[in-house]
Amino acid sequence: MGCIYGLVALGFVLIYKATELVNFAQGDLLMLGAFVCYMSVAWWGLPYWAGFLIAVVAIAAFGALLDALVLRRVIGQPQFAVVMLTIGLGAMFRTFASVTWGSEIYTLPTPFGGVWTVGGVTLSHQYLSIVAGTLILCGGLYAFFNHTRIGIAMQATSQNQLAAYYMGIPVKLIFSLVWAISAGVAAAAGILLAPVTLIDINMGLAVALKAFAAAVLGGFGSIPGAVIGGIVIGLIELYAGATLPEGFKDTAPYIVLLLMLIVRPQGLFGTLARKKV
Amino acid sequence: MRFQFKTSYNQDIRLFRDKVDGFWYGLLAVAVVALPLVLDDYSVGEISWVFIYGICGVSLMVLVGYTGLVSLGHAAFLGIGAYAHAYFIMHGAPWIVAVVMAVVITTACGLIVGLPALRMTGIYLAIATLAFSVIIQEVFSRWESVTHGFAGMKVDSPVIFGVAVADGRSFYFLCLFFMVIVLWLTRNLLRAPTGRAWIAIRDSEIAAQSMGVNLAIYKSMAFAYSAGLMGLAGALFAHKIGYLAPDIFTILLSIQFLLLVIVGGLGSLHGAIFGAIFVALLPPAIAILRDSIPDTMNQWAQDSGVTALGLLGNAIGEFLRKPGVEAGIFGLILVLVILLEPLGMYGRWLKIKLFFSTFPMYKASTFKRQKSYMRSERLR
Repeated sequence: MGCIYGLVALGFVLIYKATELVNFAQGDLLMLGAFVCYMSVAWWGLPYWAGFLIAVVAIAAFGALLDALVLRRVIGQPQFAVVMLTIGLGAMFRTFASVTWGSEIYTLPTPFGGVWTVGGVTLSHQYLSIVAGTLILCGGLYAFFNHTRIGIAMQATSQNQLAAYYMGIPVKLIFSLVWAISAGVAAAAGILLAPVTLIDINMGLAVALKAFAAAVLGGFGSIPGAVIGGIVIGLIELYAGATLPEGFKDTAPYIVLLLMLIVRPQGLFGTLARKKV
Repeated sequence: MRFQFKTSYNQDIRLFRDKVDGFWYGLLAVAVVALPLVLDDYSVGEISWVFIYGICGVSLMVLVGYTGLVSLGHAAFLGIGAYAHAYFIMHGAPWIVAVVMAVVITTACGLIVGLPALRMTGIYLAIATLAFSVIIQEVFSRWESVTHGFAGMKVDSPVIFGVAVADGRSFYFLCLFFMVIVLWLTRNLLRAPTGRAWIAIRDSEIAAQSMGVNLAIYKSMAFAYSAGLMGLAGALFAHKIGYLAPDIFTILLSIQFLLLVIVGGLGSLHGAIFGAIFVALLPPAIAILRDSIPDTMNQWAQDSGVTALGLLGNAIGEFLRKPGVEAGIFGLILVLVILLEPLGMYGRWLKIKLFFSTFPMYKASTFKRQKSYMRSERLR
C-alpha cells in the first residue's frame, strides 16, 4: 500500500513542482486508468501487458489534453481556485465512469498469481509487483529528470517559469508533458492497485487523500520525499491497524500528519522560503 | 446611473449604501417573510435549507473569502455543532442553552484548530483541516456514549420557551431569523477594523503585518468566528435533518461548502447567499427536470411529428436518473464557473447591474482580467 501512496503522491508532486497546481483529480485519474485497463483486458480480450500499455498511454494523453484545454487557463489565479477546479473535474470523472462502466465492482485478472517464499516469509506476487513497479517507475523518472534534455527543461520550468520561457523552453508543451507523465503514473498506480482493492468508481478517492497526506508529509515539492512519505504513511497504517484499537487504522496517518504539520510545517524534505519584500 | 454625493468618510462604511439600497433590502425582507404564505410545504422546507446553507456560506466566506484561509474540514465543525446541540437537548437543556453551548463548543474547537493553522498557509492549511475533519469523523463514529455512533441520534423538533416549532413554516422563520442575525453581525464585523484587518491579511500577509495587524490574533479570530457560525448552522441542521449519523459530515460536505462560496462569488456576503440558493435548490431542480424534460420533449415530438425529439428527451431523463450524475453536474458547474466567471454569481450580478445602469455606454472590457504569469505561492 505504501508504494501506491508513494506513486500517487509522486503524481501530485510532479504537477505541483512544475506548474504549482495541486491536482485533486489524481485519485480519479488512477480510477480511470484501472477501468481502461480492465476494459481492454476483460472486454476486448487483450493480454494484460497490452492493457497496461493502452491504459497508461490513454490516460497520459488525457492528462495532456486536460492541461491544454482546461488547466492552462487558470494559471495565475489563486491556488485555491485551482484546487476546487480539479475537485470539480474529479467529480465529473467519477460520474463519467459510473455512467460508462456502471457502479459494480470488478476484478482485474493479472498474471501475478503465485507466492514467493524467502527465508520463511511468504510474499505474494501481487504485492511484489507493486513494489517492483514503484521501483522501476521511480528509477525511470529519476533518470528522465536528470539525464535528458526535456527532463532538465522541466526542472528549469519548475524553478522559474518566466526565465525558462526566455531561455527558449516551450513552457506550454512542458506543462502538458508534466501532466501526461503524472497522469500516466497515476494510471500505472491504479492498475497495480487493482488486484488488491478491486476496481470501483470510488477506489481513487481514499487513496488520493492518503497520498495527499503522504506528499505533504514528505514536503510538497520533493520527489524522494513523496515516495518516502507514501511508504511511511503505508507503514503507519499497517502498524496502527495491527497494534492499536479498532478505528485507528484510518486515522493514525492523519494524526501523524497533523503533528508533523504542527512541529515542522514544511514537511520532512521540504524547504521553507521567506519572501523578500 | 445613480451617483452618491459623499459628505463624510463614515458614509463608506454604512450598513446600507444609501436610502435607495435600504429600500430594496426592505422590499426583499418583506418578500422573504411573505414567501411561506404563498408556497406549499415542500418548497418552504427547501427554502429553509437555503437559510441553513446561507449561514454555512457566511461562515466559510469569512474564512476563505475575506481572510484567505482555506479549510477543507468545515463539515467537521458543522458536525460538532449538530452533535453538541443534540446532546444537550437530549439531556434536558433548554433549547437556547443548547444552541449557545453548540456555538461555544465549536468556537473553542475552531480556536484549537486555528492555533496550529497560524504557521501554515495555502495547501498545507487545507490538508491540515482535512486531517482534522477525518479524525473528527472517526470520533463521531467511536464516541458512542455521546454520539451513539452509527446507530444514529434522533433530534426532535425544537421547543423554544415552551413553544414547539413543529411545522416547516415556523422552522422557516426560525432559520430566517438566525440567518439575518448572522448576516447583520458579520456585516458589522466586516465594516469594522476587524474586517479590514482580515481583508488585509488575505491580500498580503506581509503588508498587513507591517501595517501593525497582529496576524496571530486576527487569524485565530477568523477561525473561531467561522467555526462558531458553523456550530449555529449545525444546531439548525440537526433539527432540519432530524437524524444524525457520522457519515453525513464527510469531506464531500466540506467540498460542497467550498463549492457554495466559489459559485456564489468569493469575497462578498451576497456571494454566500447566492451560493446557498444554488447549492440548496439545484438538487430539487434536477429532480424536477428529470421528469419534465422527457414529458415536454415528447409533447414537442407529438406536435411537430419529429420522433427523434422524444427519443432525445427520454435519453436525457434516463441520464439524469443514473446514480452519481448530480455530483458530476455540480463538478461541471464548478469547472465552468472557475474558468469563465471567477467572481461567481455575484460577479455576474454586478455586471448585469452595471450593464443596465450605464445602458448604452457599457463596456465589456471594464471587467477584463489581466493576463498573468504564474505567481509562486512557495515564497510567501
